[in-house]
Amino acid sequence: MSPVARCILLACLVLPLAGCEGVQSVLSPEGLSARRIALLAHVLFIGGAVILVGIVALTALSIYGGAGWRNRLASEKIVIGGGIVFPVVVLTALLVYGLAVTRVGGTDRAGPDALRIAVVGERWWWRVIYTDADGRRFESANEIRIPTGRPVELALTTADVIHSFWVPKLAGKLDMIPGRTNYQTVVAEVPGVSRGQCAEYCGGAHALMSFFVVAMPPDEFEAWLVREAGPAAAPGGAAASQGRQLFLRGGCGACHKVRGTPANGAIGPDLTHVGGRLSIAAATLETSPQAFARWIAENQHIKPENLMPPFRIFADDELDALATYLTSLR
Amino acid sequence: MNDDPGAARLPYPEPRPPGEVAELERIWATPSGWRLPTAVNNTVIGVFYIGAAFTFFILAGIMALLMRVQLAVPENTFLGQDLYNQMFTVHGTTMMFLFAVPAVEALGVMLLPQMLAARDLPFPRLSAFAIWAYVIGGTVFVSTILYDLSPKGGWFMYPPLTLMEYSPGDNADFWLLGIGFIEISAIAGAIEIIVGSLRTRPPGMTLARMPIFAWTMLIFALMIVVAFPAVILATMLLEIERAFGWPFFTAAKGGDPLLWQHLFWFFGHPEVYIIFLPAASLVSMIVPTMARTPLVGYRFIVVALIATGFFSFGLWVHHMFATGIPALSLSFFSAASMAVAIPSGIQVFAWIATIAKARGRLRITTPSLFVLGFLFIFTLGGLTGVMVALVPFDWQVHDSYFVVAHFHYVLVGGMVFPLFATFYYWFPMVSRRMLSERVGRWVFWLMFLGFNIAFLPMHLTGLLGMPRRVWTYLDGMGWGGLNMLSTVGAFILAAGVALFVIDLIRCFRWGSGPENPWDAGTLEWLPNDVYSTRSIPRVTGREPLWDQPDLARQVQDGHHYLPNAPTGGRETLVTSPVEAEPQYVIQMPGPSWTHVLAALFTAAFFLLLTVKVVVPAVICGVLAVVCCVVWVWGLDPGPDRGPIEVARGLKLPVYMTGPASHAWWSMVVLMLVAGSLYLAFVFSYLYLWTVSPEFWPSGTAPALPPHEWPLAAAALLVGAAAAFFAASRLLPARGRRWGWSLLLVPTGAACLVGAVAVEILGHWQAGLDPSESSYGALVYLAAGLSGQLVFAVVIMALFTVARQVAGKLDHVRRSSFENTSLLVYYTVGQALFGLLLVHGFPHVVG
Repeated sequence: MSPVARCILLACLVLPLAGCEGVQSVLSPEGLSARRIALLAHVLFIGGAVILVGIVALTALSIYGGAGWRNRLASEKIVIGGGIVFPVVVLTALLVYGLAVTRVGGTDRAGPDALRIAVVGERWWWRVIYTDADGRRFESANEIRIPTGRPVELALTTADVIHSFWVPKLAGKLDMIPGRTNYQTVVAEVPGVSRGQCAEYCGGAHALMSFFVVAMPPDEFEAWLVREAGPAAAPGGAAASQGRQLFLRGGCGACHKVRGTPANGAIGPDLTHVGGRLSIAAATLETSPQAFARWIAENQHIKPENLMPPFRIFADDELDALATYLTSLR
Repeated sequence: MNDDPGAARLPYPEPRPPGEVAELERIWATPSGWRLPTAVNNTVIGVFYIGAAFTFFILAGIMALLMRVQLAVPENTFLGQDLYNQMFTVHGTTMMFLFAVPAVEALGVMLLPQMLAARDLPFPRLSAFAIWAYVIGGTVFVSTILYDLSPKGGWFMYPPLTLMEYSPGDNADFWLLGIGFIEISAIAGAIEIIVGSLRTRPPGMTLARMPIFAWTMLIFALMIVVAFPAVILATMLLEIERAFGWPFFTAAKGGDPLLWQHLFWFFGHPEVYIIFLPAASLVSMIVPTMARTPLVGYRFIVVALIATGFFSFGLWVHHMFATGIPALSLSFFSAASMAVAIPSGIQVFAWIATIAKARGRLRITTPSLFVLGFLFIFTLGGLTGVMVALVPFDWQVHDSYFVVAHFHYVLVGGMVFPLFATFYYWFPMVSRRMLSERVGRWVFWLMFLGFNIAFLPMHLTGLLGMPRRVWTYLDGMGWGGLNMLSTVGAFILAAGVALFVIDLIRCFRWGSGPENPWDAGTLEWLPNDVYSTRSIPRVTGREPLWDQPDLARQVQDGHHYLPNAPTGGRETLVTSPVEAEPQYVIQMPGPSWTHVLAALFTAAFFLLLTVKVVVPAVICGVLAVVCCVVWVWGLDPGPDRGPIEVARGLKLPVYMTGPASHAWWSMVVLMLVAGSLYLAFVFSYLYLWTVSPEFWPSGTAPALPPHEWPLAAAALLVGAAAAFFAASRLLPARGRRWGWSLLLVPTGAACLVGAVAVEILGHWQAGLDPSESSYGALVYLAAGLSGQLVFAVVIMALFTVARQVAGKLDHVRRSSFENTSLLVYYTVGQALFGLLLVHGFPHVVG
């Protein structure tokens, strides 16, 4: 083993344990299932590193060791012990441990107290459908808000090809497959923002199909849900009013819905409260008036092949007005 | 047991008559100049084969470098989305299908006959055909990246993304084309290798004395026979759905996208072991040589190899842990996925034990370095393999860069490093000059460090949340530094490969190098020439060159079997499958244009179909069949030469028919392939029924045709079998042309055609439309699968009739007839089973 290889080995061991902050990291779990899996992962990494070092050491001994070591290693006993007995014991233990963790993050349906949210994968964004206490359904997109401490059952489907729903900080991934509904139950243990991303290659702009999950304390969540279920805010100010007019006249409503306005499209994301979301374009741009303006005119450059045509018909001040309006939809 | 009376008196000390070597050289001469492509000798086409595979490795590697440049920094626009998506698809497909599997097959073609001291593989033109089809098809596939025509669905091409609706254009069809060629060459290679390793071993090399590499190639080929048909069926279904809209994968019409995943991974996971096992066995060959001691735990390794072969078919679902399959079934596949680590562990410890037992110390040569590098990288890849076998852990890392790291550790560590060890170790077999050991050390360290710098950080990149197959990522995700490191590593790795290529060009001199430079114990290191070894030795142990120190000289002086060419043509010794006692001498075909043209027209047929130029495609298809017929016409030499003396006192026949013949064995292997294909179909039928029973006749589908239809089809099938059975008794007497078989053979073939036609018509008149539902599509597919066999039978039947008319077929010289009737019996069996399934199953469940 060269010194360099040894360093790499060390890095392999230490880096994951150092704990990395990351909004999309398996190693910073904030959900029940993800935390159990992160613990399992650390057990695996440490165990794996020990075995790897062991194999390297035995190989070194078999080449450079003294006669005693080499005699001991040079028999079929080592093949039986190292190749059969040791792995059978270790793997059996791991299998049992793995099954126990599987049950926590399983795909079983959640109990009656769970919050139910439907998520539909579309090329290349996420349609999110909430059901409020009265059973009314309303849509959002590319951002899921959930209460902490309460099981949330996500009904995962797709509108087109296979996608995979993955929020590493909360749980493992689960595919969205045509003709099926898969259920994933997540429990966020602390308030916070997690980023998710499509994990099954779905063509074109797969790389830019992300979203945020915002876990909120239960009372804040309930208040938010009531607001979110309501119609869009009326535009305040001249720019926003002009933006609203442009939005409606520009044909945006053919694809997008803004509840409380004539815009009633169902093809693209529901924009009723788009200004209150952390991001636009499926977590590609941070929400801001500039981002809206850029997106409207240059979306094919930002996210090639997405279904929205680039709207270059608007003058700069019109784009600003549109952006002001969309930002005001909180 | 031993029916070779001369065995006890080997070697025969008398000097051989002069002129024999010159005659062998003339018979086995490699065609030169523009006729070089007609060559069939395994050491020549083996070099073409490895050269082509290695070229594809370089090309796919260059694409990897371009992708690494794209990913080096966040929000990069170097390649762009569409080109990147094409490139990772071509990279993966090329590495798996055009490099890894063919490279391993190439080593089989190259090394296996030499290790068995056979003069060639039993069907030399078949392997040459497969190689040319693969070279042409592979070149076209890879070049599509230059004209924006490459597929962009990822190397496993999941529908519905790859259906016409989401992948319009010909791009996806080019993927299916590329796969088609490797399917052809893999199956051809498997037949070659199974028959070769079981029937052309040298006398005395019992199964228990086979080199580990031969064992592995046998298991490898059997795995291909079981695994490849699943992907053949999958690609057929995908192409049929793309071209004709039969909804195998469309959920709205009773199909299921997961059917593709089941079929693909039923092939895809064994594929990993298909690649890895032979590479590991190369290590099992190199380690004993470098340690100058026999392999410790030979029997354990053989059992481990067989166990891996079995286990590998029980793991496919571990690629589907995140699809929402119920936890109970997942736990079964999780257990199987972990269990497969055990045979790998056995091999690792057997190598360590062998190294420890070394006479002196292990010689640290370049091959040894690559073996040690392999040991490290593969162990790490195996450990992460156990990790991803754990269902919950896989839920997190599946389709992330952790998995990208994992499978590169397994495949590059498990296959590429042993392959480079092989290049250095066996180079003297093809080149007069060896590769430089000094440069080799540089190549190794650059590759080893570069590889680890590139791929070790990817584990972490994946854990930080980076999914695979993304052409870019946003700044601020924290992935930039790790990706830059990976890119740097990739270029260091590439520098190592480039240095190797330079050294290869510098040192390669066509011919045989120094004799046994590593002091190895196996037969490929016997002195050899174009005809392989001068005589075929009788071996008494696993390492004949160590056990029988004088063997090389005895063989070279012609004191063992078949020191000459008694029939005046190419020939090799066929021995019994278990004990390897001499049975007969095969007369083998030599260089020819027929199989080269057949490959060319086959390639043209598929290519033209892909770009939907139908008429020229059909013309090429017909020409391909014509070339095959011309090629096969000369293969049955007949029994006229009578028994010949292959060693003093041992006379063997030069013609064999029936279950002892190599042709019969190859037909049986082909039937196994067809059987696996049909089983994959039966699985698909039953699987789609469990998913969407409402599309079956008890639901929305039209009622089955009345019983008369399947009964008529069954009667025709039985009639076909009866006609061929009768024909086998009524072949002409020796020297005659007339026999009732002349009428019975076409009658039997016509019955088969009729049976398929009746089955299709029956469903058609009942109103079943294949594009309406998955059920309809499956019903017609069953008939289609039998139909393609019937098509082959018709051509073979016409061939048989022509042979009889030409006076080349009688009750003794009957190889062509036997092969045809074997296929007929199989076809009848399959079609009857199909009738039972298609007409019986809906009643059982309805």
